[in-house]
Amino acid sequence: MAPHDLRRPFKRPLISDQEKRRQQSLLRQAQNRRDAQNHARFLASTALSLEQPHELEPEPELHDELIPDSEAPESPKELDVVEASKLKGAEARKWFAKQLMHPEWMIDIPENLSQDWFVFARPSGKRCFVVSCNGTTISRLRNGSILHRFPSELPNGARRKDSSGPAQSYSILDCIFHEVDQTYYVIDMVCWRGYSLYDCAAEFRFFWLNSKLAETGACEPPSHYHKYRFSLVPVYCCDQSGLCAAYTGSVPYVKDGLLFYNKHAHYQTGITPLALVWKDENCSQYVMDTDSKGQVPNQQQVVLELQEGGKLCTSDDPPVVFGCLDGGFMHESELHSGCLVRFAIGEGGLVLVDGKLEKADLNYLGKANRARASADSFSKVMFQYSVRHSPLRIDDLLGSVNSAADESNKVCDIEMDG
Amino acid sequence: MEAMEVGKMVGELIEDNEVELVKLKNTRADRRVAPLDTARTNKIKILRFWQEYQDPSRRAPSSEFNWFLTPLPSADSISQLAMAMEVTQILLNAQAVDGALRKQAEENLKQFQEQNLPSFLYSLAGELANDEKPAESRKLAGLILKNALDAKEQHRKIELVQRWLSLDPTLKAQIKALLLRTLSSPSVDARSTVSQVIAKVAGIELPHKQWPELIGSLLSNVHQLPAPTRQATLETLGYICEEVSPDVVDQDHVNKILTAVVQGMNSTEENNDVRLAAVRALYNALGFAQANFSNDMERDYIMRIVCETTLSPDVKIRRAAFECLVAISSTYYEKLAPYIQDIFNITAKAVKEDEEQVALQAIEFWSSICDEEIDILEEYGGDFSADSDIPCFYFIKQALSFLVPMLLETLLKQDEDQDQDEGAWNIAMAGGTCLGLVARTVGDDIVPLVMPFIQENISKPDWRQREAATYAFGSILEGPSPEKLEPLVTMALNFMLTALMKDPSNHVKDTTAWTLGRMFEFLHGTALDTPIITPANCQQIVTVLIQSMKDVPNVAEKACGALYFLAQGYEDAGSASSPLTPYFQDIVQALLTVTHREDAVESRLRTAAYEALNEVVRCSNDETAPMVVQLAPLIMLELHNTLENQKVSSDERQNELQGLLCGCLQVIIQKLGSSEPTKYHFMQYADQIMALFLRVFASRSATAHEEAMLAIGALAYATGPDFAKYMTEFYKYLEMGLQNFEDYQVCAITVGVVGDVCRALEEKILPYCDGIMTQLLKDLSSNQLHRSVKPPIFSCFGDIALAIGENFEKYLLYAMPMLQSAAELSAHTSGADDDMTEYTNSLRNGILEAYSGIFQGFKGSPKTQLLMPYAPHVLQFLDSLYMEKDMDDVVTKTAIGVLGDLADTLGSSAGPLIQQSVSSKDFLKECLSSDDHLIKESAEWAKLAISRAISF
Repeated sequence: MAPHDLRRPFKRPLISDQEKRRQQSLLRQAQNRRDAQNHARFLASTALSLEQPHELEPEPELHDELIPDSEAPESPKELDVVEASKLKGAEARKWFAKQLMHPEWMIDIPENLSQDWFVFARPSGKRCFVVSCNGTTISRLRNGSILHRFPSELPNGARRKDSSGPAQSYSILDCIFHEVDQTYYVIDMVCWRGYSLYDCAAEFRFFWLNSKLAETGACEPPSHYHKYRFSLVPVYCCDQSGLCAAYTGSVPYVKDGLLFYNKHAHYQTGITPLALVWKDENCSQYVMDTDSKGQVPNQQQVVLELQEGGKLCTSDDPPVVFGCLDGGFMHESELHSGCLVRFAIGEGGLVLVDGKLEKADLNYLGKANRARASADSFSKVMFQYSVRHSPLRIDDLLGSVNSAADESNKVCDIEMDG
Repeated sequence: MEAMEVGKMVGELIEDNEVELVKLKNTRADRRVAPLDTARTNKIKILRFWQEYQDPSRRAPSSEFNWFLTPLPSADSISQLAMAMEVTQILLNAQAVDGALRKQAEENLKQFQEQNLPSFLYSLAGELANDEKPAESRKLAGLILKNALDAKEQHRKIELVQRWLSLDPTLKAQIKALLLRTLSSPSVDARSTVSQVIAKVAGIELPHKQWPELIGSLLSNVHQLPAPTRQATLETLGYICEEVSPDVVDQDHVNKILTAVVQGMNSTEENNDVRLAAVRALYNALGFAQANFSNDMERDYIMRIVCETTLSPDVKIRRAAFECLVAISSTYYEKLAPYIQDIFNITAKAVKEDEEQVALQAIEFWSSICDEEIDILEEYGGDFSADSDIPCFYFIKQALSFLVPMLLETLLKQDEDQDQDEGAWNIAMAGGTCLGLVARTVGDDIVPLVMPFIQENISKPDWRQREAATYAFGSILEGPSPEKLEPLVTMALNFMLTALMKDPSNHVKDTTAWTLGRMFEFLHGTALDTPIITPANCQQIVTVLIQSMKDVPNVAEKACGALYFLAQGYEDAGSASSPLTPYFQDIVQALLTVTHREDAVESRLRTAAYEALNEVVRCSNDETAPMVVQLAPLIMLELHNTLENQKVSSDERQNELQGLLCGCLQVIIQKLGSSEPTKYHFMQYADQIMALFLRVFASRSATAHEEAMLAIGALAYATGPDFAKYMTEFYKYLEMGLQNFEDYQVCAITVGVVGDVCRALEEKILPYCDGIMTQLLKDLSSNQLHRSVKPPIFSCFGDIALAIGENFEKYLLYAMPMLQSAAELSAHTSGADDDMTEYTNSLRNGILEAYSGIFQGFKGSPKTQLLMPYAPHVLQFLDSLYMEKDMDDVVTKTAIGVLGDLADTLGSSAGPLIQQSVSSKDFLKECLSSDDHLIKESAEWAKLAISRAISF
């Protein structure tokens, strides 16, 4: 119980400079740890693959001479979105061209349509990937080329001081650019604020899209920092009322068919049977394919890829073989493997046995337009074929939605006795 | 060498055992045999011997692995028969002048204790109680006994407590009876020693509900006891209150203690020693008196007696009574209203008339009231509708017109040499400090009360008046609004600059430079509307300060301080051009010149110059960055020179300088590393700078090590993956730092640097991880390492895991059980005090950061499932944290993040587990609606990760 010292600091700062340094170091370390942690959290957990550029190029001969040898033996590179966002020019084009999810055409009605699927009216326009990152927003078309580079209200989509969160965190939206009202209609959300939604179910992606997009102000009318408006598309459960609403409901955009998304499916790059497109004259201007003059040709035309041994294949993975060209004809017509070739479907039509293509009556028309990037998919060919012969009608769809509901009730009854 | 060692030991003693030292001084007079200094040396050696002996860390390395659990000592001693041994001669020999004899005696005591502890303790208690025995042996017996019950180091303390508790109760009862009997000994030394021993026993036993009769038997007939025994009893009560926490003494006993103590203070008590003992006991007992202070009558009585006691004719009693008032002002602020007028009168009288030691306490009372009100008003945060636990009574505001003149008067009582004396503390300094606190408490209201005093005195021929006026002005610059002060400061600025150059008094110049620093600190900066420093007067200010740096050391030191704040004012100016830019080179040059002054070494001047230089660097901008790049090699050269000099002679000052230079380099690295272009220029020096830092580790100074480590951390961050090339050489010092238990600050900083290196090297750290992890695990297991280092070690696990990913696999087996048991211990804080709760939260945060890093590190790896067995526990931990409701914001943010990390990495396999946890529902929901945006952000992320996990 000695006397107590009561000296207070006099003419001196309360903390020494050394203490200040120590505290600043601790702050810096804590900040760095947070950054490292955030970086780890927002790394997409599935790496999207960048395939070898050669397989991807439709005109390989042209490039082979230009590309130095060192690049040729490169093994397939696994890139995540963060790395991919750093790609420039041709590399970026190649990568982004592979990233969109493409629906199959609906050639028959999936089971449990009313339970497991969403439906919405697809806007007519240019399908594109919109990436916002580092203060700019870039939209890229299906072939990977840039459509617009602009400031937007998307996260880190414009250079502004007051942005929250790390500037390098990116967001990726799957959109359709609708020329008439200069609006990006968002049909899916792939990454948000650096967080990958690739392996989230569609149900969750749509939920997240709906709750997050509006928060940003991206749906507001254009302004100085926000060149184009973004807009949500009304998505319905594919029951009777949902299907009717999507089919007949009025939307601010021109419809181009209906899209069906399986609720449990992840965002899968390339063609997937878990997303389907269907159309008829009431909901699309382009039900039947047109030729270069905008006319519907008398006979259905298909574009197939010529592969090793003269096989004529669709763009599916694995490809569906429609027929075979003999070597003499190929030589005569200057065709070689990798060529995209156009055919008309003749009187013999397409013969299916147990859902498998048995025979196709193909008439050679010539090489496909150079702008074409790939062959038609099997489902597209079949959809166009059925449109000309026995189309799948809206009533069929509505019918299946009703009967599905009945069936599920029955199943329910049976299970009650457990 | 001998003298130095003794000096060092005395230093240790003062820290350790102030009471012992006081007694040591008292006994000097009656020493007959040995000459004074030898006797003192011997005594110190004995004490040191005991300290060493008691400290197992100096005997053999502890084999205890788990630092959380306290080992029970073997209880075989209990069975041995306790019997008193003749120890007098050994105890006397242990204090002999003859070294050999002493050594033998020390050895004997050691053996005795090891062979038969019960008998040893009993014999010592017997020696202490026996009035026939020599005073010397009794005192040492008491001291050894006391040290057998308590130690400074936490782990040792716990061991001793367990050892005592496991002794045979009969034996302990016998010892305690002997101790209580000693309170009535005619020997003042024996009484004083035993009162401390009793308190130590009470400190162990009362929290375990043992010795319930202690208080009763102490107080049973306190009134009838002879005065010396009454005094010893009151002292014992005081020590007990100091020793135990209030919750282990029941209210009935508290009432008895307070009654005895307050009666002892009463003026009817004629014996001054008893009164003093009573007042000092009350000081310690105040914390127990919560209930009594809530009772008006009892509180009135206590307050009346305390106030009366401040008027005692004995100066020691008056001082002790004011100490009680100071303690009451902070403990029972909200109960003071009825007494504040009386207290003001008492303190005013003491400040005016009483001896300085009493007057200082009287001023401290008001400083302490200011502290309370500043805290309360800060809690209001300017919003008076907000709740505060304690209302503000505005005592200072009410007393203002009396308080301020009283304090201003003290300012004129300066000591001649107070500016040169580091340890000085006098009434002028205390009064000035209190005036500053009053200004912070009341703000604008103080200005009109102080300005007349300043105007009247600032130009007087007597330096005391000029200094007092200047100090008063400097004191009120923090608190009042800038609007109120700006016109005054603008007016005073020129006057001050002139005084700093021309005043004949060093005191006045010292205070003037300090006041200029305060002006810059509080009224200069980019945030203020009307800047007091303009491009027009900037040059004059810089010129005067640079000139003043050539003045005597204490004035030059304050000029450096002023420059520090001048630079700091431009910290937030960003890349905008700073008015300081044209003088940057001159300022840096002037500061470097100061560091080379011969007389800078002796005072704090050199340190102040480097601090100012650091701030100038921190606040440099794009324009001045090239000059900072040029500064780097200069400071490196200085460091090189000290390292070369060290080969010739090594001393404390050399090490201090190395510390300062490493600190400066750290600031330079951090500044230049923060932007790409300057980083590029700086990197040319990286190799050399690293080589210099590594050489600093050859010195033995903890401060220099600490600074070099901090600087290396900054360098690793700036260098990134290239830092790998330094690792072979640096690694051994990293390991050394992690092993430095003694200077735990070094250890703590090294742990932080491991984190920096992990982030810089990422997977390239892998080859060093075995060594690092082994050391970190050892650190965690050690009960000698300061506890504050343990939370950062857990965080460091996370850093390592994040860097090396699935390679962390091999450490899971060791790290996870550690984390798990730490988590269990930290889940609950119930009943802990604020310090403990704060520590627990930092421990939780460390544990959670470890989990976070580990989960994220394994993300995407095929080995993810290795973490699955740990998931239930982690979720349980989160749930119990949530239930406990005492997490701070940082822990909350980290915790909800871990929930996300777990879901993110384990995915659907953890889905059902996650869905069962409370955290994934209520806790997440709460965090999602948090006001703290960091918590909200983490929560949104966690929500997303969980939705993904359960949507698979």
